[in-house]
Amino acid sequence: MSETLVRVDGVSKKFCRSLKKSLWYGMQDIGREITGHRHGGNGELRPDEFWAVKDVSFELKRGECLGLVGHNGAGKTTLLKMLNGLVKPDAGKIEMRGRVGAIIALGAGFNPILTGRENIYVNGSVLGLSKQDIDRRIDEIIEFSEIEEYIDMPVQGYSSGMAVRLGFSIATTIKTDVLILDEVLAVGDENFQAKCFKRIGELLAESAVILVSHQAHHIKKNCDVAILLERGRCRVQGAPDDVLKEYKLRGSKKSNEPLSILGSGVEKANLSTVTNKIASGENLVLELQLHAREEVACDQAYLNIVDAAGAVHAQCHLDCLQRDFVEGFHRLEVSIGSLYLSAGQYIGNFVMYGGGGKETIAHLRNSFSFSFDGPPNLGPVYYPKASAKEV
Amino acid sequence: MSQLPITVYSPESSLASPTKMLRDMFRDLAAGRELAFRLAVRDIKAQYRQALLGILWAFILPLANTVTWLFLSKSGIVKVSDTGLPYPVYVFTGTMLWAIFMDALNAPMQQVNNSKSMLSKLNFPREALIVSGIYQTLFNASIKVGLMLAALLFMGITPGWSLLLVPVAILSLVLVGSALGMLITPVGLLYGDIGRALPLLMQFFMYLTPVVFPMPQTGWAATLFNLNPLTPLILTSRDWLTDKTPSMLAEFLVVNALAACLLLMVWAVYRLAMPILIERMGG
Repeated sequence: MSETLVRVDGVSKKFCRSLKKSLWYGMQDIGREITGHRHGGNGELRPDEFWAVKDVSFELKRGECLGLVGHNGAGKTTLLKMLNGLVKPDAGKIEMRGRVGAIIALGAGFNPILTGRENIYVNGSVLGLSKQDIDRRIDEIIEFSEIEEYIDMPVQGYSSGMAVRLGFSIATTIKTDVLILDEVLAVGDENFQAKCFKRIGELLAESAVILVSHQAHHIKKNCDVAILLERGRCRVQGAPDDVLKEYKLRGSKKSNEPLSILGSGVEKANLSTVTNKIASGENLVLELQLHAREEVACDQAYLNIVDAAGAVHAQCHLDCLQRDFVEGFHRLEVSIGSLYLSAGQYIGNFVMYGGGGKETIAHLRNSFSFSFDGPPNLGPVYYPKASAKEV
Repeated sequence: MSQLPITVYSPESSLASPTKMLRDMFRDLAAGRELAFRLAVRDIKAQYRQALLGILWAFILPLANTVTWLFLSKSGIVKVSDTGLPYPVYVFTGTMLWAIFMDALNAPMQQVNNSKSMLSKLNFPREALIVSGIYQTLFNASIKVGLMLAALLFMGITPGWSLLLVPVAILSLVLVGSALGMLITPVGLLYGDIGRALPLLMQFFMYLTPVVFPMPQTGWAATLFNLNPLTPLILTSRDWLTDKTPSMLAEFLVVNALAACLLLMVWAVYRLAMPILIERMGG
C-alpha cells in the first residue's frame, strides 16, 4: 500500500495581471498549442505576467496527506487546478496514478430547476459514475445527506445548507486513489459535520490526499507533511508543526502594525505602557488617553494580551472602565495584575464598547508591547484583575 | 496495484504524440457518452419545465420567419421566382432546415459557456459537452421534422420513399453545423465579438442559401449560391423531404466528407485549447 501516487516535479504557472493581455496571450497560446509547441515557452515572463506558482515539487504515497497552507493569492488554488488537470503547467511535470477525485466545489453542475434526485444523477455522471453505480448508491447518498423529505423537490428551493450537504454526499461516495480537498472537510451544522469528518477520515486512509485549509488544526490533525506557499513559491516544506509555526509568524507580521478604529464620539484614543519590562507577579501599568468629542458611555471593555503569532495568553475584563466619559480629555492609569506569563514579547489589543455592546467606542490593535520575564510555558489563558484611576 | 493508469500533466503539447492523442480523444468520447446523455436530459427537462409553451419553442422562430416571407411574397413586396413547390412549403421547409443547422452551429459555444463554472472546477471528459449539444439539437430537430411532415401532408404533398433518407440529411446538417460551431468556439470563448458577429453573419449567409427563395440561375449571385457549401445541404434535405430527385447529390456528399475531416480537426483543436480557455475565461 505504499506506491507513490502523486509526483510533482518543479511545477510552475504564470498568470497575467491585465485582462486584455491575458486574453491575447490565450490566443497566442492556443496558436502555439495547435502547432505543437511547448506550453509556457522557455519560462520567460511576458509583460504583465507573474508566477502564480513557481517550482513546487513533492511526492505522495497512498495513505499520506499533504497540507497546503498560504495566504489568499499564494497560489494554492492554481496548484490544485493543475493537479486536477484543469489547467496546464507552464513548466515542470505532474504524474498521477489511478483515479483522481476533487472535492472543490460542492454541487457544481446542479441545475436549480431539477429535483434533488435528478441532480444526483447529473452530478454523479459529472464525477464519473455510471447510471448503475448511482442506482446502487442513491439510497446511501440520500440517507447520508438527511434530506429524504425534499429529495423530489427542485434544488432551487433548497437552503444553501441542504444543497451543500447533498453535494458532499455525492462527492464522497466515490472512492479515489488521489483526492484533492479544497477547504471542504465538513459542511452543515455540528451534527452533520461530525458525520463528514468520519467520512473524510475513511477517504484519507485509503488515498493520497492533498488538503488545502486555513484552519491550522485540520492540517495538524490530518497531514503528514505540509507546504507553505508564499507568492507561488514553496517557502517551507516539512513537518506540519514547523510549517504552521512559520505560517502564523508570517501572517502576524502584517497584522502587527498598530491600528485604531474609533467611534464617532471619540477624537483620539491611545493606550501605552508605563513600564515595558515586567517580571513574573508584577502588575502591568498602562496609560489610557481618551479625547471625547461628546459624552460617551462605556459598557464593556477588554484587553487581550497576545504573542507575536496572535495566540491569546491573557484576557482582562476591564470592568473598571465601565463609566461615562464626559466631553474633554481623559487620562487614566490602568493597572493589571498580577501577571504570570511565559517569558517573551507580548502585545495588547484593546476594545471599548458602548450602547449595550453594539457600538464601538475605540478598538486599538497592537497599541503597546512589552517583554515579560518569567519561567517558560506557564499555564493557559487566564484572567488577571484590573483597576483604573483617573490621573 | 501497480496497474493503475498514469496521468501526466506537462507543458508539452499533446500533438507531440499524435497517435496517443487520437486514442485519448476516442477514449474520452466513449467515457463521456453517458455524461453527455445526462447533461442533455438535464438541459432539455429544465428548458421545457421552465417554459409555458414548452415544446412549441422548438419551431416558433422558423414559423414566424415563414409567415414573414409568405407575407412579403403574397403582398408583392418581394417577387419570388418559381420554386417548383408551393411557396409556403418551400419557405417552411427551408426555414425549418436552416433552424436545425443554426441550432447545431450555436450548440458548442453555448454548451461550453453555460458550463464555465463546472469546467473550472471539475475534470470530466470535455467531449461530453459537445455530444450533449448534439443530442439536444437532434431532439429539437426531431420535433421540427415531425412538424414539417404534418405540414406537408396538410398542404397535400405526400412524401415518398426518400423520406427514409431524411435522417441522413438531418445528421449532415448537424455534422456541418457542429464542425463550424466548434471551429469558432475557442476564439469565441475568449472574445465576445464572435458571439455578436455570428447572428449577423449567418443572417447574411441565409440569403446566400436557397432557404426562402430559389437559386438564381444566372449571374454572380448564382456563382455565390453554387460556391456556398450550405446550398447542397439545404437543397438535398428539402428534395428528400418532398420526394424529389436531389439535384446536388454529389456536392452534398463532398460537403459531408469535408465536414467530417473538419470536425476531426476542430475536435483536436478544442481539446488542446480547453485548458488554456479555462485558465483565461475564469468562471
